[in-house]
Amino acid sequence: MDIIVCVKRVPMTQEVDLEIDDSGKDIKKDALAYVVNDWDNYAIEESVLLKEKLDGTVTVITVGDEDDEDVLRRALAMGADKAIRIEPGELELDGFLISNILAQVIKGLEYDLVLTGVQADDDNFGMVGIMLAERLGLAHSAVVTGFEAEGSEATINVELEGGLDEVSKIKLPALLSIQTGINEPRYVSIMGIRKAGKKELNVVKVEDIGLSDEELVRQTIIEEYFLPPETEGAEMIEGDPSNIAEAILRILKEKGVSV
Amino acid sequence: MGEILVVVEHRQEEVRDITFEMLFKAGELCKEFSHTLTAVVLGGKEEQFIDEVAKRSDNVIYYEDDRLKNFSADLYKEVLNGLIEKTRPFITLIGHSSWGMELAPSLSIKTGYPLATDCVDILIEDGHPKVIRQIYSGKVFSKMSFKESDGYLITVRPGSFQPPEAIDERNGGVIKKDLPGDLPEMRKEFIEFIDSGAGDVDITQADLLVSVGRGIGEAENVEDMKELAERMGGVLACSRPVVDKNWLPKYYQVGTSGKSVKPKVYLAFGISGAFQHLAGITGAGTVIAINKDKKAPIFRVADYGVVDDLFKVADALKEQLKEG
Repeated sequence: MDIIVCVKRVPMTQEVDLEIDDSGKDIKKDALAYVVNDWDNYAIEESVLLKEKLDGTVTVITVGDEDDEDVLRRALAMGADKAIRIEPGELELDGFLISNILAQVIKGLEYDLVLTGVQADDDNFGMVGIMLAERLGLAHSAVVTGFEAEGSEATINVELEGGLDEVSKIKLPALLSIQTGINEPRYVSIMGIRKAGKKELNVVKVEDIGLSDEELVRQTIIEEYFLPPETEGAEMIEGDPSNIAEAILRILKEKGVSV
Repeated sequence: MGEILVVVEHRQEEVRDITFEMLFKAGELCKEFSHTLTAVVLGGKEEQFIDEVAKRSDNVIYYEDDRLKNFSADLYKEVLNGLIEKTRPFITLIGHSSWGMELAPSLSIKTGYPLATDCVDILIEDGHPKVIRQIYSGKVFSKMSFKESDGYLITVRPGSFQPPEAIDERNGGVIKKDLPGDLPEMRKEFIEFIDSGAGDVDITQADLLVSVGRGIGEAENVEDMKELAERMGGVLACSRPVVDKNWLPKYYQVGTSGKSVKPKVYLAFGISGAFQHLAGITGAGTVIAINKDKKAPIFRVADYGVVDDLFKVADALKEQLKEG
């Protein structure tokens, strides 16, 4: 089974105070560390597991600048065979445009399955995968938590709201957006990444993929970014841990919880 | 004036809450800007919920066919594309649910209408729709507009709008339609629903939940927190990352894809508060959050907050309970 996985590099924003930059349309990113988007990491692992079981190849693709090659190398270290980076230059991207760029490149490749993460941890649009599926004319499903291939079709699980899973059969080739928790992504060592440096990583410039200027336009426009409006928020409990514990136990008692 | 179209989400003969939330918001916009509110139902024969939808809409278009009893992205896309081509609605609202996420992006490409997903508010300024979204796990908000078009697609985050008990009665008429005859081959076939949330612990009945998130760091710490929960007379629960990492089974999970809970007190250790998680604790009496990150979104909804190392607080609680 030949599999294509679309990935994105995102800033880590947990336990970090974010600030809006001078343009008012982005956050200050200088001091942030970057990682592979969590959902994409599960998609990469799923593709490698499938390759190990069914043979075939795994190709990882990203639209991004040179720094974004980190996540491609990491995917190669996990077991992907080759990588493609599409250099967007100065283009302003949104999900619509990214899906157009990806479709243009992927339609020239051979594949049985295309995987993406459900969404990206930064702007969480959750649209690139399914837009890409529609452009490529593929069967598709979102929020997939299980995949079992049987010849030219597969049985999949989709996670619905409220603790319910939907089981269906889908025809291949298909595009699936992968939900976290579908597998346990393997550990990647620095040594592993170094070794994977020998694998093929091609860079394609967006102006060379055959899309006209009119086709390289985004559909959504950021008007502004702003920090969440101040709310009353929580009443903060201060002090050393034993004071805090006392306060918590007092609140429990007040609320009628017997400890 | 224009039309706002709401795509009704239903499952197992019931309308999902997101539908009522979208109908409420669409109703508000229609009132302010004199638009017409049309609901479109793709459902099986004689769905019992049609009246509930009609009460809240000016018109209901009901594609009635047993092939539409369960959601099918392929069928929905074909039918809605046909309808949108004919009626050119100004705004089409779809839930940002698993099904909405499977439908809306493909419908956007097919219709050519721009799409904004996962929106928590919708505005109309100078005749143009604009949306508010939450990004970076809710730490930043973004206001977004669209490239000029005659229609726009918007998916709405569940829980963003709270319909009041007393609704505006619009009492729309129901127009029944048949499925178009020339449907393409379906590429996906529904088999069954399975309950992924059944287990030997019921977190929905507890008075006190001691809930743990990514912040507990590693699997070994789960046992310690379980011991704390038991010593406090409560029940252990968790957020999604803990289940994703296989530290606890799914039936411990609080949130949209897990369980909605209603304890008297919800004690959240190391949970940052993704909206999917927060949606599961709206029924909690009092929320106490302990987190190292003072900007964690959970502090925006918690009643009490502690910015500290959760293990220190947990140990201190154990210590106090021993003394008591």
